[in-house]
Amino acid sequence: MQVNKYRPLIVAFCCNWCSYAGADLAGNNRLNYPADVKIIRVPCSCRVNPSFVLRAFQRGADGVIICGCHPGDCHYTSGNYYTRRRMALLFSMLDYLGIERERTRLEWVSAAEGAKFAATMNDFAEQVAALGENKRLEDLRCKR
Amino acid sequence: MQRIGVFVCWCGSNIAGTVDVQAVSDALRNEPGVVFSTNYQYMCSQAGQDIIIQAVKEHNLTGIVVCSCSPRMHEATFRKTAAAAGLNPYMVEIANIREQCSWVHKDMASGTEKAIILGKAAVAKVNLNAPLTPGETPVTKRALVIGGGIAGIQTALDIADAGFPVDIVEKNPTIGGKMAQLDKTFPTLDCAACILTPKMVDVAQNDNIRIFSYSEVEDIKGFVGNFDVKIRKKARFVKEDICTGCGLCTEKCPVRKVPNEFNLGMDNRRAIYIPFAQAVPKVATIDPDACNMLKSGKCGVCSKVCTAGAIDYKQQDEILDEKYGAIVVATGFNPISMDKFDEYAYNQSKDVITSLEFERLTNAAGPTQGKLLRPSDLKHPHTIVFVQCVGSRCASCAEKGKEYCSKICCMYTAKHAMLIRDKYPDTEVYVFYIDVRTPGKNFDEFYRRAVEEYGVKYIKGMVGKVVPEGDKLKVQASDLIAGKQLHIDADLVVLAAAIEPDKSARPLATMLTASMDTNDFFTEAHPKLRPVESPTAGVFLSGACQGPKDIPETVSQASAAAAKVIGLLVKDKLTGNPCVASANEMMCNGCSTCERVCPYGAITYIDKEFRMPDRTVATRRVAQVNPAVCQGCGACTVACMSGAMDLRGFMSSQIIAEVDAICK
Amino acid sequence: MHNDNRKIADEIILRSGVNPRKCMKCGKCTATCPAFDRMEYHPHQFVYMVETGDIEPLLESKSLYTCLSCFACVDRCPRGVEPAKLVEGVRNAVIRQQGKNHMTADDVPGKLDSDLPQQAIVSAFRKYTK
Repeated sequence: MQVNKYRPLIVAFCCNWCSYAGADLAGNNRLNYPADVKIIRVPCSCRVNPSFVLRAFQRGADGVIICGCHPGDCHYTSGNYYTRRRMALLFSMLDYLGIERERTRLEWVSAAEGAKFAATMNDFAEQVAALGENKRLEDLRCKR
Repeated sequence: MQRIGVFVCWCGSNIAGTVDVQAVSDALRNEPGVVFSTNYQYMCSQAGQDIIIQAVKEHNLTGIVVCSCSPRMHEATFRKTAAAAGLNPYMVEIANIREQCSWVHKDMASGTEKAIILGKAAVAKVNLNAPLTPGETPVTKRALVIGGGIAGIQTALDIADAGFPVDIVEKNPTIGGKMAQLDKTFPTLDCAACILTPKMVDVAQNDNIRIFSYSEVEDIKGFVGNFDVKIRKKARFVKEDICTGCGLCTEKCPVRKVPNEFNLGMDNRRAIYIPFAQAVPKVATIDPDACNMLKSGKCGVCSKVCTAGAIDYKQQDEILDEKYGAIVVATGFNPISMDKFDEYAYNQSKDVITSLEFERLTNAAGPTQGKLLRPSDLKHPHTIVFVQCVGSRCASCAEKGKEYCSKICCMYTAKHAMLIRDKYPDTEVYVFYIDVRTPGKNFDEFYRRAVEEYGVKYIKGMVGKVVPEGDKLKVQASDLIAGKQLHIDADLVVLAAAIEPDKSARPLATMLTASMDTNDFFTEAHPKLRPVESPTAGVFLSGACQGPKDIPETVSQASAAAAKVIGLLVKDKLTGNPCVASANEMMCNGCSTCERVCPYGAITYIDKEFRMPDRTVATRRVAQVNPAVCQGCGACTVACMSGAMDLRGFMSSQIIAEVDAICK
Repeated sequence: MHNDNRKIADEIILRSGVNPRKCMKCGKCTATCPAFDRMEYHPHQFVYMVETGDIEPLLESKSLYTCLSCFACVDRCPRGVEPAKLVEGVRNAVIRQQGKNHMTADDVPGKLDSDLPQQAIVSAFRKYTK
């Protein structure tokens, strides 16, 4: 048991139709993943404004993951394509600002992929924990 | 400030087993806006719901947070509870502490900690919730079917049978489409006319169906349940209601040499014509490009012979304004042009024909009365070569062919080959194929019968070139299995031309704001689960306009589209989803970005007058979301550069509040 | 040896810019080839053999030099595979493999005929002696 392992704070944005349902399925199947992951429900991954991701990092999140339907399966036909482009740009910009690539991730999880959801969260949480605390983007004005 | 009540559910031991529910309700009691917090064994039970209703009344609650199972499970339940307590149902938020907390975390301490954070996020969100009311729009109980082929016919009949009025708009003088031109149909070999023409008669006789033949859709406005459509009825110079279809005019007309499009130009018709004997409506039409009277004012024979007095040389195009609740697209397909396939000598020899031309050649009502005679010299061909995949699966030649498989060619070629060998056993029939694709009920058996019983020579390989020489067609081809190059002296070469969507489809898609793929096929709302609906609400797809299809598939899709239309038209009112986008007009800069990303065409721009601070009035271009069309995906909210667009129920401020609550 | 073949095949693919995996085995290249009768391996076989790395027989085949480079196969291929460019790539590979020409200096006398210009004979000896 690693008692002193760093416990990261991870924000997960999940689309209502695929990934949020996938997370529910992980629960139904009792597939464990770290409690560090906190899920926010959005109608579609394309509802995730890059400013939400920035906000999370500002407020001390250690990692942000966005989950959507698989390409071609978006409930709204094309929303996840927008997400794919937006996040590619955002993640590279964050990388430039010093938020490592390993702290951000975009993953496609369908409503049937409970196991994939849990595996992804385990993997991502471990990856983020290994990097330790994220201090780069914290807003000094809201330093508590 | 909201007055929020928090209700933590134990779900028996499902939640309480790994989450300290008392600690959760105690912790959330101190959150801003929370005036009441409790926990109970089963919140979703009647007793649990009563606790909520009681608390709303006792504590004057304006918002509710339920920490329980997934909102996908019981959000609707608790919204009803809120409504029963006199609250707006959209003032409820669920913190998912079962599927996404107690069931996936084993440790009580971390489970409780996470449940508290999820509860705080929900409280933060409810603090910013506003009551929402779903909009209602009335439904015009009439459907429009665009295209009168077998797809449109089947859809119209099914909708009419359910008791709703339907209009069919067909650009040709008769309905019937491609199927009317076919000879036999695979795999049962019924004659196409024998199964299609009774359906055409049914359409004509059905009181609920109106046929606008020789007409085109000119403009479409509106949205699901309320489309306003302009239909152009082209002048046919014959009064439709008076013409009896006797056909005397078509016999007496002196202009004899107009290529007959129904027989694909393989014979001629007159300037006034009825496309074929079973046409519906059976009414003559004057071709203005050929008619002497219309061109030079000299003739008038048809008007003299018409005993009914139906001819009207002064007829004008007519524009009809109609209202519809639903629109079905059934614009069908065409074979692609063979002009660019020089290697097959289509333009050099009359004896190189497409498969659709072959259908007419073997059809009893066709130019040869069904006798298989080759077009150049009307002799019986003894060696016939069929070439498959002409222009289909053609990835490198976008200007020539199509990248997709046209799906129907393997089967109709097997049919053609089989019918020839059946009627004329002295004929050698070769079929050159890349793959033979027969996925359909009784399809492979049909193809094997052509090979095994009828002795059609299927050769794995392609034809490289066709050269007309004397009265023969020199065919050079590969036989990949024998490793040979074959040289065949053929009398007739039949090309299985790829099929493409009708040219009218793209402008129509623009009018409908319905999406299309790069091949101009209409895209469906979901490729697996919503295959007959367009992503644009109220627009449905029937037949080959959505992708290559054979007749059985077209008819199934046509009926499926009809079922969807009926499901829409039985409603008196459409209740919308209140979680839709809306623009803050003061912030909107009229850039149109949101309009472009919207997959549903829900956003339009209007010029609106604003009172400015200096008391002048300025006209500004601002975005307007039609809540009946918006599906609430939120793509526009992120695309909006000025931050004017927001999504009700998932407002940016709400999501940021959730982020803040989680990251605190 | 197999690895060697794969390496040569990959080099051919790289140099010719042709992706043999695009081939759907329709045989239109072979159907259209005017030099079919004089070829041991036909255009579609060329593509397949490079795809699978079956290079040795190709390097030794005279078919390489019977290809007219008329590019009919390139023009007609529905998938844009460009077999003629692949043939050129294989020829190139042969030339680059020193000492692996399709003939040696010893073969030259047997091929002489009276119409052959003197200069060609001298340059053939020079070329194939290396």
